[in-house]
Amino acid sequence: MELLYKRTKTIQEDKVSGFCPGCMHSTVIKLIGEVLEELDVVSRTACVLGIGCCGLHMDYMAYDNITAPHGRACAVATGIKRTNPDTLVYTYQGDGDFASIGLAESVSAANRGENISVIFINNGIYGMTGGQMAPTTLLGMKASTAPFGRKAEEHGYPMHMCEILDRLEAPAYLVRTSCNNPANVMKTKNAIKKAFQNQLDGKGFSMVEIVTGCPTNWGMDALASLDYIEEKMLKEFPLGVIRDR
Amino acid sequence: MARVFMKGCEAMAEAAVRAGCRFFAGYPITPQNEIPEYMSRRLPEVGGHFVQGESEVASVNMVYGAASAGTRAMTSSSSPGIALKSEGISYCAAARIPIVYINVARGGPGVGSIQPAQMDYMQATKASGNGGFEMRVFAPSTVQEAVDFTYRAFDLADADRNPVLILADGVIGTMIEPVELPAQRSEEEVAAIKAGKRSWACIGHSLDEPRAWIQPGNWSTAAMQQCNEDAAALYASWEPEWESKWLDDADVVITAYGISARIAESAAALLRKEGIKVGLVRPITVHPFPFAAYEAIDYGKVKAVLDVEMSIPAQFVKDVETAVKGRCPIETCLCSGGNIMSREAIVDSVRRIMEGK
Amino acid sequence: METNLCVAGFGGQGVMTLGKFLAESVCSSTDKNVTFFPSYGAEQRGGTANCYVVISDEKIGAPLGTSQDDVIVMNGASLNKFLSYVKPGGTLFINSSIVSDDIPRDDIKVVKAPVTELALEMGNSKVLNIIMLGVYVGYKGEIDPTIVWGTIEHKLASKAKLLPLNKQAFEKGLEIGRSQR
Repeated sequence: MELLYKRTKTIQEDKVSGFCPGCMHSTVIKLIGEVLEELDVVSRTACVLGIGCCGLHMDYMAYDNITAPHGRACAVATGIKRTNPDTLVYTYQGDGDFASIGLAESVSAANRGENISVIFINNGIYGMTGGQMAPTTLLGMKASTAPFGRKAEEHGYPMHMCEILDRLEAPAYLVRTSCNNPANVMKTKNAIKKAFQNQLDGKGFSMVEIVTGCPTNWGMDALASLDYIEEKMLKEFPLGVIRDR
Repeated sequence: MARVFMKGCEAMAEAAVRAGCRFFAGYPITPQNEIPEYMSRRLPEVGGHFVQGESEVASVNMVYGAASAGTRAMTSSSSPGIALKSEGISYCAAARIPIVYINVARGGPGVGSIQPAQMDYMQATKASGNGGFEMRVFAPSTVQEAVDFTYRAFDLADADRNPVLILADGVIGTMIEPVELPAQRSEEEVAAIKAGKRSWACIGHSLDEPRAWIQPGNWSTAAMQQCNEDAAALYASWEPEWESKWLDDADVVITAYGISARIAESAAALLRKEGIKVGLVRPITVHPFPFAAYEAIDYGKVKAVLDVEMSIPAQFVKDVETAVKGRCPIETCLCSGGNIMSREAIVDSVRRIMEGK
Repeated sequence: METNLCVAGFGGQGVMTLGKFLAESVCSSTDKNVTFFPSYGAEQRGGTANCYVVISDEKIGAPLGTSQDDVIVMNGASLNKFLSYVKPGGTLFINSSIVSDDIPRDDIKVVKAPVTELALEMGNSKVLNIIMLGVYVGYKGEIDPTIVWGTIEHKLASKAKLLPLNKQAFEKGLEIGRSQR
């Protein structure tokens, strides 16, 4: 019989994930594992985890990882990559981590053209701490620290990290994808693969921004969150390749 | 060995390179700029890497990354910048990552003054970040000691898997003195040190091997407590280092660390020539603190212990009080704001004690 | 035996270089302890600059202080600031091209040298510090001038074409210093 699908070995079999129903972290983590196996680089990969829900998979991932202080993943990745150029180094960060507290580290690593890959999970909300407003929270979207919804005049507008980094000369690859349907999941996997291949080819900084949902903190069920992504999130954060050099 | 005439900052940087440091990240701040500047020229010569970070916060985390990947790594700053580094230092301590960092201290608090001071004592010895971790903290009083301690710090950091702090100051950092530099470790030795860390270095392992898992914390409270108990056992194993002089017949004992200690020693030497019996206790490690050093004082004879430090309010004196345990009065001779301790001020303080004023 | 020296002037007059060349010469030619300590303001340009050199047979305490055996002043502002630093019986070295004031102290020795004018006569205003270094070494007679010249030669190796001018400047200074002993 032809083998059509098998579980990635990069995830430990005897562990369970701590993710909520409908969370797409588990989808993206699986895709990353599959890509690492397909590129045959698991044995030389180091994952730099951000703080927040993105760190919840440290228990069950089967390969090397380090937890960075909140926002500092790109700085930690810089230190690993500069001293170990043969290691594939990627960061895995949420929107609070990459686009708020870590903005200086993110922009500066991109501007230096560090030969690292960033997987940036944008769900418009702080997950682990309980649904506070993120730099990517949509206008009108409620958060536990914006109970009447985000207002432009008070909170400013959602930040578009791909477009912000596109103003810099150095980045090699900036792309925005989603995981809200099977076609987009496949595009996300291809984007991750390209980001990692870029690093193996020494092309410099690549960032994959993945628009995902957070049913728990959005206050809706998993299916409704898919609609919300399609109808709201992707209107604000259009998908596509922003930079490919 | 031939002595060379080197500025403190550059000499410490060279000592780090000779000890096998192959990664440095830092951010400009006076009076320690000669360390990153020197490293930016020197590290590429030995196949190392220098990064000017976008901030102190980024720099210390770059060092956390490099050291977690097995490379001997260092950062440096001066007081306000050291405060910013506390996040990364705490992560290194929690994850048991060996790094070395240097504080070329200046006046504080706030932006303070760019001139030398000893106002980071409490921060350096008691709480260099959140969470109650401890570090070995060395206080050099000459450029030679700054070199020797920096060189040793890398071995100690590796042996402990813990950060080590060199608590220097703006005088040690900017003055030039003759030094004998330690031997340069060969590329083979440096490579062997790194290879020795392979089992835990976050550089990639095959799925058949245990993964490297750098954890600056733990989801499990039981595991976290165990980490803290292990760390406490390590801290308890450290031996303090100190230097004592002329205690046998002392009527006054001066105690000081770092730059103040050498000035105190010159004051004591001058006073002894006049027949005034002055002793000296100088902690070399300010953490762990050498409480035992103060047991050699003859409290039946001594009129007072004189605490000399470049900090107002006095900070070092708190540990001295703990060591002296009320067995004699403790007087202070202080300066601050970037003013440097003078021999004359110490001599006057001793005279006042001797005259009972 | 310990000698404390303070060198002060405008930024750009080479006072740091003067102190460093002297201290380096002691380091390379003797077993004595020696320190050099620079004192700058926050400004990158202008303002005053001064440095301290301590040479001693014993351990050196503070590498700076307000009680100096010798003080070299290259401008008027430095004279005002550092005159009181000279110990009774100490020596004040003055750039008499700029500082023409009478010295209101009779408990110190004063050595004058018009180093700005002499440097201009030699065609390069920058060598005034080397002339003054020569004055100091010549007057003190404690350090072998050939060793100090060796330091200058070594430090200026990358600017070889300036060596003859510096040699001339240093020797002129030595001559002035010796003549005022």
